[in-house]
Amino acid sequence: MAVAGISRRQALKSVAAGAATTAILAHEAVAAATTPPRKHHWGMVIDTQRCVGCEACVIACKIENMTPPGVFYTVVTREPLPGSRNDRPVFMTKPCFHCEEPPCVPVCPVNATYKRPSDGIVVVDYDRCIGCRYCIAACPYGARWFDFGDDFQFLPAAGDQVSPEYKQYRVRTPDGSPVGNVRKCTFCLHLQDESGEYDRSAGRWPACAKTCPGHAIIFGDLDDPESEVSKILRERNAVRLKEELGTEPSVYYLL
Amino acid sequence: MAALSEWHGRLEETALAPVRRTGLRYWALVAFLLAVIGWGAYAYSVQLRDGLVVTGMRDRISWGLYIATFVFFIGISHAGTLISAILRVSQARWRTPVTRMAEFITVVALVCGASFVIIDLGRPDRVLNVFIYGRWQSPIIWDVLAITTYLTGSITYLFVPMIPDLALFRDRLAGRTSRWRGWLYRVLAIGWNGSAAQRRSLASAIGVLMILIIPIAVSVHTVVSWIFAMTLRVPWNSALFGAFFVAGAIFSGIAILIIVMAILRRAYHLHEYVTEKHFVNLGFLMAAFAAIMIYANISELLVHGYKLEEGVEFHFRQIFLAEFAPLFWFYLLGGLVAPIVIALLPATRNIRGMVVASVLVTFAMWIERYVIVVTGLHVPLMPYEPASYAPTWVEWSLLAAGLALFALLITVFTKVFPIIAVWEVAEDHEAMVGAPGAARRAARPAALETQDV
Repeated sequence: MAVAGISRRQALKSVAAGAATTAILAHEAVAAATTPPRKHHWGMVIDTQRCVGCEACVIACKIENMTPPGVFYTVVTREPLPGSRNDRPVFMTKPCFHCEEPPCVPVCPVNATYKRPSDGIVVVDYDRCIGCRYCIAACPYGARWFDFGDDFQFLPAAGDQVSPEYKQYRVRTPDGSPVGNVRKCTFCLHLQDESGEYDRSAGRWPACAKTCPGHAIIFGDLDDPESEVSKILRERNAVRLKEELGTEPSVYYLL
Repeated sequence: MAALSEWHGRLEETALAPVRRTGLRYWALVAFLLAVIGWGAYAYSVQLRDGLVVTGMRDRISWGLYIATFVFFIGISHAGTLISAILRVSQARWRTPVTRMAEFITVVALVCGASFVIIDLGRPDRVLNVFIYGRWQSPIIWDVLAITTYLTGSITYLFVPMIPDLALFRDRLAGRTSRWRGWLYRVLAIGWNGSAAQRRSLASAIGVLMILIIPIAVSVHTVVSWIFAMTLRVPWNSALFGAFFVAGAIFSGIAILIIVMAILRRAYHLHEYVTEKHFVNLGFLMAAFAAIMIYANISELLVHGYKLEEGVEFHFRQIFLAEFAPLFWFYLLGGLVAPIVIALLPATRNIRGMVVASVLVTFAMWIERYVIVVTGLHVPLMPYEPASYAPTWVEWSLLAAGLALFALLITVFTKVFPIIAVWEVAEDHEAMVGAPGAARRAARPAALETQDV
């Protein structure tokens, strides 16, 4: 059955190879067409010299996102720098770093957590998360929190708590998401407008940055050369935590 | 020849006895186990109602007793593979009478282990998302694939060599047992009549299965270890983890098998078939694996301890000196050194000694899993005080219920299925008696048996 010197086996092989190539190219094309282009790279610069350790950011975050007891999207650590000559603590507020290479994302077994292609914010899909907490083990910065179901004790009935997160306005109930899900800082993305822009003058700005009395938390678009964060990063020496892990955090610290 | 047929009859009677007679003690045991499981179900209902806040797990130590128990159960599921597949491949004949028990343990332990993953989930109602939205990059999906493959494989591997025995039950119990049992054996025996053609197919099927099941079993515990090793946590950062977990799995699997053997031997009077030789041989095997575990521990601890990087220092302090020191030292001395000593000393190289060693190993291996999971998350990621974790009554209750479920499933299995591989034992016996010089070779096990009974 050799047609023009091509055996059946060779013919089958080339057909298979051709089909595989087509499939890969089609997949790439579909991905290119459906993935929105990167518009922003939201990030922060945190000036530890300006931080007084008042924890107003922690409170502002809790109020903005209505997080239950035991869930903090940002915390303030207060330890001396390792190897420093005095025991003066360095205050560090620590939100999610929205890494460019987030180690928490690929470990999710159900694709419930992902990095938004448009602006790089790492989010959790509360309708899909199964609560295995693998991403918590995978995050090297301890930036993820699990909603264990603990409830407010000094506030009105639990059902009255509404969180604006992800513009979903979920009413807190004992058996509905996000109870049993992993939660994390979203850079208050519910304050973005339809086109994904924040507006500082209108107060649509991440709660911690908006609240900080010492202006120690500076938020902005790292891709925009004119933004305040970009200017600071050009002018001053900023560091990122655990740079050696290759996670490429979007949050910088000024020491 | 009369002796042989008499021997054969006795073997069949022993195999059939658990199915024919059920004593009060059996029902008392079942009732007790059901009560423990019922208590666990209550604890789980509390957890479902109030959320995982009823456990001791919190944001920093977010995996605890449940995940440790999952790893433990998946580990002991390696009993079956080791005994039946590895020893079958190496043609170690002595293992024949205990194969079936080992294969029971595999299937039951896998079921119990998998249930602990679901217990650990924050949203167990969404467990099917794993199949709907599964993402191949996640080691958890590798685990789902490996464990379901292993479960399918080990059920097949339990079932196929059991077909001739199921046919024996079908024939011997025909009309003398309840209707559902008769139906069950008829269906499961799938028309076995012992013809030469059937025997040939059976032999080749077992031959394929025993080879296939070994890489599957190895992959399962390797992938379980990778769940930990794939993260950026200091104590889990080890390329040795896969091999270390597989060795630990087989090690704990042997221990559980020895315990189950001792209980079933006494309960069902299997003294003629499960002899001291089985305990001692398995005890030696267990000691060999203890040596492998010691080697792996030294390798792991020395490589990291010599360099003593920042997180490692904290980790070493917690396992050798601080919080976890009692558990870890028990694991090293009671779980790894003691079994070797017990197997080496002639005074303790007997059934009782091996059972004691196995109980120690079982405790130590659960503790090892617990220490691995909790200490891994205990090393602080950021400059803050380390978190603490202690399991609550809900977690302990579910652990008890898990162990009770394991015991219950084994107990029920022994009442439904043949607990010794009758045809294989008979085949081995005939080969031994029929072969030239058989009398001489048969003398040794017989001597052991008389000593033992």
